[in-house]
Amino acid sequence: MERAAALFEYLLRHGDSCLILGHRVAEWCGHAPELEEDIALANIGLDLTGQAEQFLAYAGTLEGKGRDADALAYSRDAWDFRNALLCERPNGDFAHTMVRQFLFDAWQVEAFAGLARASDARLAGIAAKAAKEAHYHLRHSGEWVVRLGDGTAESHARAQAAVDALWEYTGEFFETDAVVAALGDSVPDPAALKPAWNATVDEVLRAATLRRPKDGWTQTGGYAGRHSEALGHLLATMQFLPRAYPGATW
Amino acid sequence: MVNAVASPASDRVARAWDVLAHVPDPEVPALSLVDLGVVRAVRDGAAGLEVDLTPTYSGCPATAAIALDARLALERAGLGPVRIATVTDPAWTTDWIGPAAREKLRAYGIAPPIGQAPKGKRALFAEDVRPACPRCDSGRVEKTSEFGSTACKALYRCLACREPFEYFKCI
Repeated sequence: MERAAALFEYLLRHGDSCLILGHRVAEWCGHAPELEEDIALANIGLDLTGQAEQFLAYAGTLEGKGRDADALAYSRDAWDFRNALLCERPNGDFAHTMVRQFLFDAWQVEAFAGLARASDARLAGIAAKAAKEAHYHLRHSGEWVVRLGDGTAESHARAQAAVDALWEYTGEFFETDAVVAALGDSVPDPAALKPAWNATVDEVLRAATLRRPKDGWTQTGGYAGRHSEALGHLLATMQFLPRAYPGATW
Repeated sequence: MVNAVASPASDRVARAWDVLAHVPDPEVPALSLVDLGVVRAVRDGAAGLEVDLTPTYSGCPATAAIALDARLALERAGLGPVRIATVTDPAWTTDWIGPAAREKLRAYGIAPPIGQAPKGKRALFAEDVRPACPRCDSGRVEKTSEFGSTACKALYRCLACREPFEYFKCI
């Protein structure tokens, strides 16, 4: 694979993962269990959407076909999205949302720390900035996982159910394929992020009295555009306005 | 009004910094854009004034408003045409908010960021910071929310005077 084409794909993976998860957490706006959490989730969603905008704007420039971040976000269909499958999982209950966020944040912190040292200055700049935000999110989601897991019997059961249900979506973060291979040393090796992710996840699950599921078969395909039904429903909501009213402005 | 075109280049740049030092941040108007540290460079280019701005947070919704306010203020001061560019490297940090600007924040009722931004990897569950209450200066405070009304702030409550207040997050 050509390097420019590989970098375009790679930027979509980060950009789309941020965009789709950002939309998911924003779905809680006005529905979160308490006001502070409503604000927190909206803020996290905003950070993720901002990160997505940076990655997608770069992808559009690189592609050179005149697509900006909005065109990439609102005018592609599901099979053109490259987000990790974990990000499109429906919100479920609050435990589900927080466990999903935690598993993602623990990965994103490591991925951005590595990317901040990338030889590509624009990519490194986006990642160095976003890494600070990811740290803040991780602390928030990690504390919630502990609070829920080590809380009541009900919250513990729900948190464990969420960990069990989402675990099979975490393997995708660490896979290597032709896109990563074409980029060589210019981006972090996904597999090399696993030990640090493991350490964070183990520390939090232990404090939360939650059981770590066995690593086994992994859901995969998001990075190649093979998505679950959930993404189509999400896009139908997220893309409605610009599709119904093309070119609409405030 | 002074004829901007006739001014020497360095004078134009100095005047531009002065103008930007009086443009309030749209969300924290106690601080100017220069106080906040988002103005990274001002150059006198061939096609006019070039200003580099950096966003505080990736998703800060005020970024576009800041760029517009900066451009309008410079044009009103006769320093146009102005080209605004967004730069992300190096990433914005609260370390760029100087002592005088931190005092402005406190006087405005927002507890300024404490100390230097953490470098490198952070402890997952670090101890909460305890900003002094900006109203009564008590250190007896508690965090009520890690996230606040804007991306850059967290919410606290003073246990002495019972007033809620915002803390400018240290990043």
